[in-house]
Amino acid sequence: MSSTFDQVATIIAETCDIPRDTITPDSHAIDDLGIDSLDFLDIAFAIDKQFGIKLPLEKWTQEVNDGKATTEQYFVLKNLCARIDELVAAKGASA
Amino acid sequence: MQLEYFHMIDRIVDLKVDEKTIVVEAQVPKESTIFEGHFPGYPLMPGVLLIESMAQASGFLLLGVLKFERMPILAAVKEAKVRGSVFPGDLMTLEASVAHEGSGYAMTEAKIRVGGKLRANSTLTFTLIPFPNSDMRGYMDAVAQRVGFPQQAVSP
Repeated sequence: MSSTFDQVATIIAETCDIPRDTITPDSHAIDDLGIDSLDFLDIAFAIDKQFGIKLPLEKWTQEVNDGKATTEQYFVLKNLCARIDELVAAKGASA
Repeated sequence: MQLEYFHMIDRIVDLKVDEKTIVVEAQVPKESTIFEGHFPGYPLMPGVLLIESMAQASGFLLLGVLKFERMPILAAVKEAKVRGSVFPGDLMTLEASVAHEGSGYAMTEAKIRVGGKLRANSTLTFTLIPFPNSDMRGYMDAVAQRVGFPQQAVSP
């Protein structure tokens, strides 16, 4: 099975027409890849479907807006993938 | 349907909040200034208004699913196909279902039929925002009453 990062990078490449080889674990989805909020909804949708989770985008956005978190914590891809792994694990634990 | 007010939907026929589906009706008026330009001698409903009708049907569905705690705002038209013309005087039956409910957004699939025949379909994305003010919330309550929104679906 491919890694979470590989799956997310493929989703981003296909959803936003970004060359796959330019997407790295250290890429910031917004600052480096130029993904806007509307495109990110498509990515979130694909991630939700592929991993069977619900990315808490509203909570993350609120935390960033309130200064309680930085965009790097959620939108640098290695960090995003770590969040996804946590959500998948939590889902498995509650199943 | 009151085209000048963008009131596309006349009546909610069936709303199943648990199944996340809705059926509504929209009676296209026989006369409108829109048809004078679109087109002289061959009046038909503009495709963008068919999309708007599907968006409003989807919007009512999401309002019901969310119990009026959020306002759905059209964000993206993923795919829309106008498969046949809709003419003045036609009664449109619209069906919508929630394809995905995300965090702060939702996607729906909607269809328009006239006389049982599919005329248009689309996949739509909505952002789900808090009501920005009491005026808008009050207006939507009035709209809900106008279209016969089931009261049990309005109250949390």
